[in-house]
Amino acid sequence: MTSALARTGVIRPDPKDPSPLRIDEVLVRKMLVLFIRDEIAKARLRRAVVGVSGGVDSAVTVALATEALGPDNVIGLFTPYRISSGESRNHAQQLSRQFGFTLEEVPITEQVDAYFHARTEKVDKIRIGNKMARERKSIEYDRSWPDGIVLGTSNKTELLLGYGTQFGDMASGINPVGDLYKTQLREVALHLGIPEAIVRKPPTAELWEGQTDEDELGFTYADADLILYHMVDRRLRPAELIEHGFDAQLVARIRELVRRNHYKRVMPLIAKVSLRTIGHDFLYPRDWEAD
Amino acid sequence: MSIRIAIAQCAPALGAVKRNLDMHQKWIARARAAGARLVIFPELSLTGYYLKDLAADVACAADDPQLAPIAEASRDIDISAGFVERSADAKLHIAQGHWSGGKLVHVHRKVYLPTYGIFDDGRYFGPGDRFETYTWAGGTTGVAICEDLWHVSTPYLYAAAGATIVLAPSASPGRGVAEGGDLGTAESCRLMDRFYASYLTLYVVYVNRVGHEDGIAFWGGSEIVAPDGTVAARAPEFDEDLLLGEIDPELVARERARNPLLRDEREDIVLRNIAGRLGLPFDRRD
Repeated sequence: MTSALARTGVIRPDPKDPSPLRIDEVLVRKMLVLFIRDEIAKARLRRAVVGVSGGVDSAVTVALATEALGPDNVIGLFTPYRISSGESRNHAQQLSRQFGFTLEEVPITEQVDAYFHARTEKVDKIRIGNKMARERKSIEYDRSWPDGIVLGTSNKTELLLGYGTQFGDMASGINPVGDLYKTQLREVALHLGIPEAIVRKPPTAELWEGQTDEDELGFTYADADLILYHMVDRRLRPAELIEHGFDAQLVARIRELVRRNHYKRVMPLIAKVSLRTIGHDFLYPRDWEAD
Repeated sequence: MSIRIAIAQCAPALGAVKRNLDMHQKWIARARAAGARLVIFPELSLTGYYLKDLAADVACAADDPQLAPIAEASRDIDISAGFVERSADAKLHIAQGHWSGGKLVHVHRKVYLPTYGIFDDGRYFGPGDRFETYTWAGGTTGVAICEDLWHVSTPYLYAAAGATIVLAPSASPGRGVAEGGDLGTAESCRLMDRFYASYLTLYVVYVNRVGHEDGIAFWGGSEIVAPDGTVAARAPEFDEDLLLGEIDPELVARERARNPLLRDEREDIVLRNIAGRLGLPFDRRD
């Protein structure tokens, strides 16, 4: 097997070659388990809370959390809305049995519907989807009190594309999977023994009936990941990608999503008026004096 | 006769000097019990690495009483440890001290401050301006703090000045998880250690830390590479470890007899080239 170092020089951007996305799952698993264990200890916390939707991202997150902290220190939250599928519930329960963590079911239908019933204006389905995502996160944060941390389940593809709800599914205390593209995350999932049915099913946020990520985005994760990998990880310009045969429209679209949604990935802007301002020139590490 | 050294592959707490001092004492005691003549800690071992604005809060002069416990502990074992040095003119430096016989005998200030990618040293610290060797029981030694080692000229200058050991205390973040090899950073570092050791015929003592700071993992993998290019000792990746190994001056001598690259090195040509390019005067003295 060629070493990563020897191979680096021959990686070429090629729309037909997804191999540069392949990762060493054993190494990644070790790094992420240590990350969860170490950063939770630094925060002087003990437990992890994971929103378990039945999808692959939260499946990987909760499996890593049980390995890092022991299943007794992990709570999975399945938070269905009335349109959530029975398959999602089955998958969440299957993961709970397989990895041994406690799964709590907390439906969000009543509170979401109550809120929108009281509105008089016309409500777009995006608003309902965002409300659901934030409702779920508020429950995760509630269940994290007093000694738990909410684990993020947004992968690198979603974060870069901004395909998520700010302060909803994108919110967390720490995120172990945010540097893995969707296709890489599936590799890790299989390595962790997550059932194929969960790994291979079409990704969906289930924010409305029949929704799938790839239909809504208009492209596949496989295509997006390869473009993002060359653009972000290997710093190729869009023009170079197009020269190498990547679809010009898709490259432009993805680049624009990354740019337009950058605000979702950073802390809110603070207006600077004083001599020293949080986030601008008051720059302390988050692990300040942490063990 | 060979000399035993110990590498403390530890996980310092960020900005908590008092706690780190206690942590150092434990590793020093273990190294002493293992019969080591020197224990080496990673870069900024007394303060943690990604300090940002904490750098000014934890800085102290090299002779500050805060560091007295380290000096005190060095009466029967040499100690190489990292701290933030505040110079007499109040500049902050990433520094590595060497304490021996109860006293500070050498300080190296990191020269190359990486300010790219995940690094921002140059924002918070001033650069050192020299590569000076010093001599202790193990031999003539030069210190290359992390990025210093990535610059080929650093170990070259030390070797030219007679060093048989390069100590490389580091805080190297692990990154690069492509399939089909080791961690990307580990591969680069090992290549570098082995190359310098073999071609400069000296010991490279690579001392990396472990643990996390703000989500970034330090990968460990400390190692001692001998002048014949063999890995004399290597610590595991990501876990704490007290790594023991031997420094053998005889091996340096044997390798230099077999492979006299340093003897034949033409420093005058190197200097003339550089001096010429920089427009500096250069007079050859035959």
